Amino acid sequence: MSFLPYAVAVWVMGVGLYGIVTSRDLLHLVICLSVMQSASYLLLLSIGYVDHAQAPIYADVPLGTRAVDPVVQALTLTDVVVGTTVTALLLALAVQAHKRYGTLDPRELRPGRERADG
Amino acid sequence: MDELAPIAVAVPLLVAAALVGGALFVPRRVVDVASLLASLACCVLCALVLSDTRDGTLVHWFGGWTPRNGVALGISFAIDGFGAGLALFASALFVAAFLFSWRYFVVVGPLYHALMLVFLAAMLGFSFTGDLFNLFVFFELLSVAAYALVAYDIEEEGPLQGALNFAVTNTIGAFLILTGIALLYGRTGALNMAQIGEALAGGEADGLVVVAFTLMAVGFFVKAAVVPFHFWLADAYSVAPTPVCLLLSAAMSELGLYALARVYWTVFSDVLGSEEALQTILLVAGTLTALVGALMCFGQRHLKRMLAFATVSHVGLFLIGFGLLSPAGLAGVALFIVADGLIKAALFVSVGAVQHLFGSVDELRLFGRGRRLRITGPLVVLCGLAVAALPPFGPWVGKSLVDEAARAAGAGWVTPVFVVASVLTGAAVLRAAARVFGGIGPREDPSVVGAPAPDEVDPEFDYPHNRVPRTMTAPALALAAGGLFIGFVPGLRESVERAAERFVDRAGYADTVLRGEAPREVAAAAASPGVLDVVLGAVSVAGALALAWLALAPARPGLHRIGVVAGAGLGRLRALHTGYVGDYVTWLVAGAALLGGLFAVTLTT
Repeated sequence: MSFLPYAVAVWVMGVGLYGIVTSRDLLHLVICLSVMQSASYLLLLSIGYVDHAQAPIYADVPLGTRAVDPVVQALTLTDVVVGTTVTALLLALAVQAHKRYGTLDPRELRPGRERADG
Repeated sequence: MDELAPIAVAVPLLVAAALVGGALFVPRRVVDVASLLASLACCVLCALVLSDTRDGTLVHWFGGWTPRNGVALGISFAIDGFGAGLALFASALFVAAFLFSWRYFVVVGPLYHALMLVFLAAMLGFSFTGDLFNLFVFFELLSVAAYALVAYDIEEEGPLQGALNFAVTNTIGAFLILTGIALLYGRTGALNMAQIGEALAGGEADGLVVVAFTLMAVGFFVKAAVVPFHFWLADAYSVAPTPVCLLLSAAMSELGLYALARVYWTVFSDVLGSEEALQTILLVAGTLTALVGALMCFGQRHLKRMLAFATVSHVGLFLIGFGLLSPAGLAGVALFIVADGLIKAALFVSVGAVQHLFGSVDELRLFGRGRRLRITGPLVVLCGLAVAALPPFGPWVGKSLVDEAARAAGAGWVTPVFVVASVLTGAAVLRAAARVFGGIGPREDPSVVGAPAPDEVDPEFDYPHNRVPRTMTAPALALAAGGLFIGFVPGLRESVERAAERFVDRAGYADTVLRGEAPREVAAAAASPGVLDVVLGAVSVAGALALAWLALAPARPGLHRIGVVAGAGLGRLRALHTGYVGDYVTWLVAGAALLGGLFAVTLTT
């Protein structure tokens, strides 16, 4: 098991965060969030990875066959579902923003800010 | 009776599914009644579970997958007094919220009720669970329900923006938590909190453990809105429908801290390095949060935003109580959370009633218009005094217990923080109440510089109202009464202390969960507030009244100048709250890096 997947996970998370911080477009922002999330898939799967092992399906294989960890795969699957829900919700908000205000730039959409101008 | 806990989670989920299924042909009032009954049923079930936790942690293994030789393959609920108490508190708030919704919305689809019920189920599961991954799933479930509920009035610009900021920042927080969980699983091969704790206990706090702790702490701090992770909160809480606001403000932020406390005392407490260093870091973070929240709260004229920042400030006080890392501090915080949450919920309901009548939540625009509200007005004043820690009411009891625990732990320097936060938040509520319900003071105010709050059109605004409906007055009165008098419930303080002693006993928790051993007996000496606490309470109430009076005093040149200077100082702080999600995430990353650095230096062994 090499160190590489962990480094890639950290890198992907950083790239996603950078994208979110600098984003000027809601669609881009939602995708960056998904990119960041893929880092957690990658991390989970690399934690459960076993060299020269097969998928954890124990039908028609001799006892003692090496298999990768099924628990992290279940976690990843749950994580994918959670992520899809959030992405769908955010995209719905983005569609609404575009419909109502004709913009996808989060900087132009900020009535919640503290107004210093009386 | 550990079977009741899963039923309490299942009931609202099933009712939600039925409501969505029957969305097209079920009349509105049936939907209202069904959701009210479901939340009442949760109240009863949680109360039964709570009474069963008197003797210690209740464990329920789904499908009978009990652990063997200390290895847990199954998934469990591990419910102690705090978990069950929090679940009961949340269920009671939902009853109030559903009552309030009765007349708040003229037209509302069953999807609103379904989302609320999913939110409730997720909160209950979150309080009960003994499994780290389940904790994450319930956390996400309650977050997603909350995002959708905040965005309920999606035609408006405010809710759209508030929900976006809320969803993006909290989703990042959730990913950090998941990353932390993955690291812990990689190290210990376990997801059960007790088992992870056993595997780590007495071992080395190396980089991996500290990084996992940092990631989870940051994730839960985002949810709890600890400075500098708090920015999203005011944007979201100020635009959500009022019944949702009271749930967010009174229960959801507090769940973030509960989760961190739970994870700390089941997983990390016997492995991390210096407890004193962690205590200092948490106390400083709590102090910062309490003060920033209180200052921002005082500078608001948008009433819901004011209460949102009061929530931030109080979360800071709760964090101080938790940061003492002692059972006495925890017991005080538990009482404080419930009392303060009920009072804030009552305030949100009252603001909702005002909005229902006048279609605005702007303090200056509402000037004097609430004079004829004979119940709501005095109630808000009383709640304002309670927020300022008026003895002998609930928030004062909670605050005093935390304060005493702090002095006992040699952290007496937090006492002034409690006084300042109480004075500022109490004064903000009292000032607004005097303007809105009394028509007192000037109509312009230099200390609350800023444009008027956008008129929030109440969903019912097209229909004329001339009185506050009983379905709004009754929950406000009930919530306020609960918050004010909770300190007088006989035996409550002692039970809370016992629950706190058990909460911090990692080994005892692991024995009960993994080996099915009977919970240990714990002794508890119920602390009570002393004379010094009465004096401090009186001082902060006097301070709040004086500050509110100063803010309302007729314009005199000297005072006016103070107001302008204070307003300018506040302007710096307000300028940081840009409303732009990119800035919020930058703060999040910076805060996480700072916290991680501090933890790495102090907690590794």
